[in-house]
Parts: sequence; C-alpha cells; structure tokens
Amino acid sequence: MKFMLIMRTPVPVEYPADFDWTPVINAMGAYNESLMKAGVLLAGEGLMPAEEGFVVDFESTPPIVTDGPYAEAKELFNGFWIIQTSTREEAVEWAKRCPLDAGTFLEVRRVTETSDFDQDNEYIQKEHEWREQLGSDDPIQG
Amino acid sequence: MTGPDEAGAAVDAAASARRQVEAVWRIESARIVATMTRMVGDFGLAEDFAQEALVDALAQWPRDGVPPNPGAWLTTVAKRRAIDRRRRLERLDDRHATIARSLAEQQRLDATDDDLPWDPDVVDDDVLRLVFTACHPILPRESQIALTLRVVAGLTTEEIARAFALPVSTVQQRIVRAKKTIAAAELPFEVPSRDDFGSRLGSVLTVVYLVFNEGYAASSGSSWLRTDLAAEAIRLARVVCALVPDEPDTHALLALLELQASRFAARVDHDGEPILLADQDRSRWDHGQVRRGRAALARADAIGRGRGAYALQAAIAECHAIAPSTDETDWAQIVALYEALASVAPSPFVDVNRAVAVAMASGAAAGLAVVDEIAAAGALRGHPLVPSVRGELLLRLGRRDEARAELIAAAALTHNEREKAVLLQKADRA
Repeated sequence: MKFMLIMRTPVPVEYPADFDWTPVINAMGAYNESLMKAGVLLAGEGLMPAEEGFVVDFESTPPIVTDGPYAEAKELFNGFWIIQTSTREEAVEWAKRCPLDAGTFLEVRRVTETSDFDQDNEYIQKEHEWREQLGSDDPIQG
Repeated sequence: MTGPDEAGAAVDAAASARRQVEAVWRIESARIVATMTRMVGDFGLAEDFAQEALVDALAQWPRDGVPPNPGAWLTTVAKRRAIDRRRRLERLDDRHATIARSLAEQQRLDATDDDLPWDPDVVDDDVLRLVFTACHPILPRESQIALTLRVVAGLTTEEIARAFALPVSTVQQRIVRAKKTIAAAELPFEVPSRDDFGSRLGSVLTVVYLVFNEGYAASSGSSWLRTDLAAEAIRLARVVCALVPDEPDTHALLALLELQASRFAARVDHDGEPILLADQDRSRWDHGQVRRGRAALARADAIGRGRGAYALQAAIAECHAIAPSTDETDWAQIVALYEALASVAPSPFVDVNRAVAVAMASGAAAGLAVVDEIAAAGALRGHPLVPSVRGELLLRLGRRDEARAELIAAAALTHNEREKAVLLQKADRA
C-alpha cells in the first residue's frame, strides 16, 4: 500500500534572514536517504513558500484566484513524500521518524486504490488511460 | 469484572501493538542483525540475540508502549543478551581460548554505545555483509531465500511459510540448518573480495529474482500474499541498489522487476484466469511503475559496462511497456534483444521467445523457420512449448490440419489442466 506524507504548518513560521538551514537540510537529507535505503520511497517534493503560490476559491462562479501569501489560510503545505509499505503500521513508523519540529504536522493519507471505487464508472475507466499518458502510478497496485 | 467489550478491546490493543512491533522489526531487523553480527562475530548467535530482543519487544511494548527509539531499544536488548551469554560462558568455562575470545567480544561490545546514533556508513557496510552472508553459495538456494527474507527483509518465519505455502516447521528448519552451516564453515562476516564479487552479487540477485518469481508466478497460495511477496522482492532490489549503487546488474534487476510488476493488474481477468500480453488492457498497466523501471534501466546503462541478462530482459519488458498495442510494438528491436540475451544466457526458452518475436517482426513463416531449428536441435523435446508455438504459427499461416495436430500434441504434453483446456479449445477451432 502507498501513503502520502504531507508536511503542514497551521501558522507560517518566520525564519530570521541569517537562519542556518544546514542542520535542517542535513536532517531531512538523512531521513530521505533512510527511506531510500529501506526501499520504500516512491516520490517526494518540497514546496516553495506560499508567496509564489495562489489559491483558487470556488465559493463563487467563476472561482476567485488570490495570490499568496494569504492571511486567512489555515494550513500551509510545505512538502510531501509518497512511500510504499506492507502495512499501515510501517507507514506510521516511518512518519514518526520524520525530523520535524514542534508546530509542524505530518498528515498521512493512504493513496487510493482502484478497488476503492466503482469500476464500471466511465471516468474511472478513462482514468486508467490518463494515467497511461501521464506515466503516473496506477492505484490498483496499492 | 471484565466485560466482553473490554476483553475485545484488550485483544484489539494487543493485536495493534503486535503489528507495531512487526512494523519496527521490518524496518530495523537487517541493521540489528548486521550490527550484532559484527559485535559477536557469529551470524547465528547474532540472529538469536536479535530474535530474543524481538520476543522481549512483543512482551513489553504492548504493555509499556513503543519506546521513542525502537531500533536502539532492540539493539540494546540484543546486546545485553550477548553480554549475559559471555558472562555465563566465563563462569562455566575457564579455558584460556574462551576467555580470550570473550575479551575480544567484550571490547567490541563496549566499543558501541547504545545512545549514539548509528554511523550510517558502518551500518550500511554491515547490512551489505549480512546480505552476502544470507546468500552465501555454501547454502542451498531455498535456505538463502528463507534467510534473506527473515534477516534482511524482516519477515517472520510464519510470514515466509505462508508466502511459500510451506509448513512453518520446514522454514524454521531451513533457517536453523543454514545458521549451523554458516557457523560450521566459520564464514568471515565480510563483503567478498574483488575476484568473487561478481559471482557473489549474482547469487544475491538470483535470490531476489526467485522471491519475485514466487510472487509473480502465483503457483500456489492466495494471490494477495503473492503480490505482497513480489512487492517485498522489489523492496529488496531497491535496498541492494542503494547498497551497491555502482553495479549495473543491481539496477537492471530492479528495472526488470518493476517493469514486470507493472503488468500485475492486467495479467488476470475477474475469475483469475491469465490474460495473454496481446490481450491485456494496457491502460491498466501501472505507468508509475513503468517509469520507475525505465529509470532504473537508464541507471544501469549509464554505468556503461554493457547489458547483462537482467538488463536485456528489462529492455524487452520496456519495449512492451512503452508500446500502445501489440501491432505498434518494436518487434525488430525485441528480436535483436533476444539475440543478445541468447548470447549472454543461452536457453532454448529464450530461442522460442525470439521465434515468436521474429514471427511478429517478419511474419509467421520466418518465425516458424526459427521454431523448426529449435525443434531440430531437440533441446525442448517433451515440452509443450515448441508444439504450442508451432501450432499457433501454422494457424496464422492457414495450415489448419498441421496446426490442429501440433496443438493436440502440445495439450498431451502439458500437466497444467487450464493450459491443456486452452490448447484443446484452440485445436477444436482450428
């Protein structure tokens, strides 16, 4: 089964200009390496600060696009990993080892499998084809 | 009084704690056994101590909770077991040799501090030594497989037994015997020398490949477990790639496994009946896995030492993986890859596959000529493969009577009932 580990912070963390990122980068690098060496890491990316992003709000039609940073945002996502483990407990164990500080959360979600959906749905059928074109993981493999 | 609900909750909590311990064990077992083997200098003893630590964890963690650093906890307990044993030996046996050996052991034990984080490079080297020990050529293949799954992959004996549809006692016996063999041979705990490295690595890769095939072939056991075993083999292949990143064969094997596994979902129909490659719904292939397999093959190629048997098979699987349909497959390339494969790993089965590819690339008559050469050489006499492929090609050429005779001959040679039925059905329609 596959899990997505999503790093999030409820409030933006301010770092001083001269903040030394080396220990953070080293700790994260070591964590990533341990995932890789254990053969469980499938993908992972870090995200740039919200300043470079934008939010699309579907409250109205057409939706409203707001450039970041956004004062009212409740959560900020900073990066993610996708790991493949044999059990949920193994995913919990890997998630607990992530070198994050207080104030940051890891939200872990199981990646959907095809069997989670009605297979006769036309769009579920089409999704297999889209995945073929995109070269993305087919959820049936779990 | 404990009501039924409370009792049920307690059972659930115990089961959940057990799964937690097993999860930690999956992640940590190789490092613990490897570290312990370096400490006590004896693989079998190290494995015993590590297993004792696991038993302790199963007893304590459900009650006291999982410790903050479970890997260090397990190692510390295993180490304590090693120290206890040394003290017992000292009391029981005052022979000079034992004491000398104990002192060396003590120095190694004392030299490692529980609280210090493991030096990743040292641990990696130890894990690599462990992989080579578990797959040592003095062990029979089935013991190499059992030992690798147990100490490197961290599977329990019960899990291995279930996956291979064997009695637990059989797997247990294989492991015990393997540990005895290793102890009797006094195998040094080391990475093989440059001269042996290639063949010893070959043994490791063969073990991983056989574990995968056991999962892929689905010869027995439930399909869920089988897929699980194949996934475990892929994980092992990734582990070996990380430990031995500069060998093309490790990446090539990973590529082959990822590319083959990418077809899992499309390989059988709703009733579990196999679907031939040509008839598979290619949109159901796992394209993320295809991408990972191709990336691994590219890494193998980038090392620049040519393509071995794994890389060539991976390249053939890649040709299929990237083709939108059977007709749009680069069959000429596949023929060339089978020719190369036949030269590095000659096999009549490879020749038959080449014949099929030739038939797709240059027509059934050309393919038939290749099959006839194989039949004349006689290497596959008594095997259903040659008559079944001949029957298929003759059918395509419209030579129905000959085709029917070949298909019936093939059906008579196969012991697989399902295959027999398919062949006879084809013969009927010919």
